[in-house]
Amino acid sequence: MNPIETPKQYSDYVDKKSPNSPIIKNCLIAFLIGGLICSIGQIIFDFCKYKGMEETPSNTVVSIVLIGIAAFLTGLNIFNKIGKIAGAGSLVPITGFANSIVSPAIEYKSEGYIMGVGGKMFTVAGPVLVFGISTSVIIGIICVLFNCS
Amino acid sequence: MDFIQSIDWMQMLRCFIVGGIICIIGQILIDKTKLTPARILVVFVTAGAILGGLGIYKYIIDFAGCGATVPLTGFGANLAKGAIEETQNSGLLGAFIGGVKSSAGGIAAAVFFGYLASLISKPKMKKQ
Repeated sequence: MNPIETPKQYSDYVDKKSPNSPIIKNCLIAFLIGGLICSIGQIIFDFCKYKGMEETPSNTVVSIVLIGIAAFLTGLNIFNKIGKIAGAGSLVPITGFANSIVSPAIEYKSEGYIMGVGGKMFTVAGPVLVFGISTSVIIGIICVLFNCS
Repeated sequence: MDFIQSIDWMQMLRCFIVGGIICIIGQILIDKTKLTPARILVVFVTAGAILGGLGIYKYIIDFAGCGATVPLTGFGANLAKGAIEETQNSGLLGAFIGGVKSSAGGIAAAVFFGYLASLISKPKMKKQ
């Protein structure tokens, strides 16, 4: 085999060697699991509405419950098994956010409860919050400047 | 059971389909690009915030309910919606307060349950 000299050659080589992911099957599973998680959210939402709650707090309850379930399932090492099959189906819903907090926290537990668990839990969630909150601040500023309200 | 009867099944179907489609977009990004899952989370939240800021995302929420609010795009849209609404009450200050205020429940739950769940679990032993 010829030696690999350029990054282009290397990336061609990797593409050739890596297995083709069955994208249709992956998408179907992601669709089903993702839809299922959203439907669970909808049931919680409907239940809050049924108990006479307003729309906005109901949405918050849905987030809190789903995050709580996902966090503990990750802690019990069940969620990662679901995630391996479901791919984006469990990553894209808010459950993926909870999973992204707990997974690194468990991994770095040996580094202690403050800097290990407390620090590393934001390895993935940190960027999500940074970009999400920053975007919302920019949108708010634009809103004030152009008097959109 | 009154509650079961009160469920709107058409709404549930729309929620399932839209939520599923948003996840398919994520799956295509995973399979077709070299984005890591962490970056995909960032992309989804940011995209949701921009769509929310442009006022497009609320139509998806009206249509699909939790099918739009449960995916991370909904989290982003909620941040943007909070920022915009709060600017009406407190002007420029609202741009800084609103986003986090509207998603405070989710963020606090993620931090609290995340920490708690990490405490109760044992790290997986690597097989030698």
